[in-house]
Amino acid sequence: MFKKTSGRRQCFAALRVCVKIFIPCLLLFVACKREQRQFTQPPSTFKSYDVTMSDIHPGSPGLPQPVQNPSDQRAFDTNEGKRLFTQYNCSGCHFNGGGGIGPPLMDEKWIYGENPENIYSTIVEGRPNGMPSFRYKIPDNQVRELVAYVRSMSGQLRKDVAPTRNDDMNAHRSEERTKRETPQRSGPPPQ
Amino acid sequence: MIDMRNTTLKMCTLAFVLCCSSCGGIHNALNPSGPQAHNLSRLWWLMFIVCSAVFVIVMIAVFLSLRNRTGDSQATPQIEPPREQERKRSNVVVTAVTITVVILFVFLIASFSAGRSMTAGLEHKNGLTVEITGHQWWWEVRYPDASANNIFTTANEIHIPIGVPVTFSLKGGDVIHSFWVPNLAGKKDLIPGKINTMWLQADKPGVYRGQCAEYCGLQHARMALWIVAEPQEQFNAWRQSQTGTSIPPSSDSQKRGQQVFLTSTCVMCHAINGTPAGSNIGPNLTHVASRNMIAAATLVNTREHLAQWIRDSQTFKPGNKMPQNNLSDADLNSLVDYLQSLK
Repeated sequence: MFKKTSGRRQCFAALRVCVKIFIPCLLLFVACKREQRQFTQPPSTFKSYDVTMSDIHPGSPGLPQPVQNPSDQRAFDTNEGKRLFTQYNCSGCHFNGGGGIGPPLMDEKWIYGENPENIYSTIVEGRPNGMPSFRYKIPDNQVRELVAYVRSMSGQLRKDVAPTRNDDMNAHRSEERTKRETPQRSGPPPQ
Repeated sequence: MIDMRNTTLKMCTLAFVLCCSSCGGIHNALNPSGPQAHNLSRLWWLMFIVCSAVFVIVMIAVFLSLRNRTGDSQATPQIEPPREQERKRSNVVVTAVTITVVILFVFLIASFSAGRSMTAGLEHKNGLTVEITGHQWWWEVRYPDASANNIFTTANEIHIPIGVPVTFSLKGGDVIHSFWVPNLAGKKDLIPGKINTMWLQADKPGVYRGQCAEYCGLQHARMALWIVAEPQEQFNAWRQSQTGTSIPPSSDSQKRGQQVFLTSTCVMCHAINGTPAGSNIGPNLTHVASRNMIAAATLVNTREHLAQWIRDSQTFKPGNKMPQNNLSDADLNSLVDYLQSLK
């Protein structure tokens, strides 16, 4: 009788050890799925004519068509966007998102809209009062990476996608730890 | 049996040929062409010869002890072996340990002095200085000069005069790289935010291949460079040809090519001195046609390679920072015409 209980106890102990060791080991498999990096240019999902420049429409405005930016879902793309933001001298006017010559990008205010297609057309077409048009200068996939990065600056992207670190000593936190701002439409700045 | 002997013979010949092939070459630490590399190869040969001798002696000792064993494994082991035999054996062990310690000390001193000679007298080398910045995945090469007009930047191809010590000032642009030209010197890391210095000297004219020796990302293996060592007069002529602005386009196609360059994505990363293109993200292309290789010594600088590289560099070096281009065939043709005119 005593022997039987001891055997069962040992059995349970072994089971507990198994659970303690194997379940954390199984959890490690989660890390095996690596994000696929894409180096060739996929066809564009944006068209600049999706964005209207005017609030006046004949009849009622068209049904809103939500546009997905595939780069919003990829950590590699947002980090490339971060690299390009400095290399293409976006930081020359917008600084590290705090704004200076150009408007800040890390706050809740969006002059020309906070959606990916709005930011896309801002970069490609340029905006009045200083934003240059980068049409034909930045390839489409890189514009999308920049769009994703710009959105990550005010915490619009998932935390596991936003860039996690700065290469140099920046005064502000990395985009991953940025608080999510609720986007608000603001008019163009006073002249 | 004859077949077997034939195969053994063939294998031996093959091994011999392979061994011989490692004695020459432009990317070989055992083919030293300068004082730095000579120091290192001497150290290497010292270690190789001593270690080979030790290996052979140990193998002979193992062979002898196997041959002289008593053979009777069933016999009871001796608790107290004869004193005379025991003293003899302990003498052998003490001698072997002493020799080992002496050899290791010789190695220590040789390695230390070779290491010291790498940086010795660096401040006294007043010859040429070359600044190298490591990027993913290419080398930016800058020749500083007292006169601002003579400063120029090139990429992946370093010309040096022979018989003169050349100081290299090494910086990391993004991640850690390592500068290694095995025929001329040892390795030295390029670390972001830090300047490392080394010197090397080429005694014989020739082309030597260098390679990044610190894993730096996807295309680390295709991050190579060439060092062209040439007599002083030839070097001066080369240096003269690299300073100043680019050659203006002459033919219609070249003029069109320059327009394509300045109005498309090229201008965002590359510089051509004498034109509005002044970015420093990618290699400086002011005298691109004078280089032997493109893409960090990955491709020979021919018209076909240049065109293919511009159209889709990702097939040659997946992950490199240059995007694909969908220029029309005519535009691409003009662009290559223009780039090939930049001697």
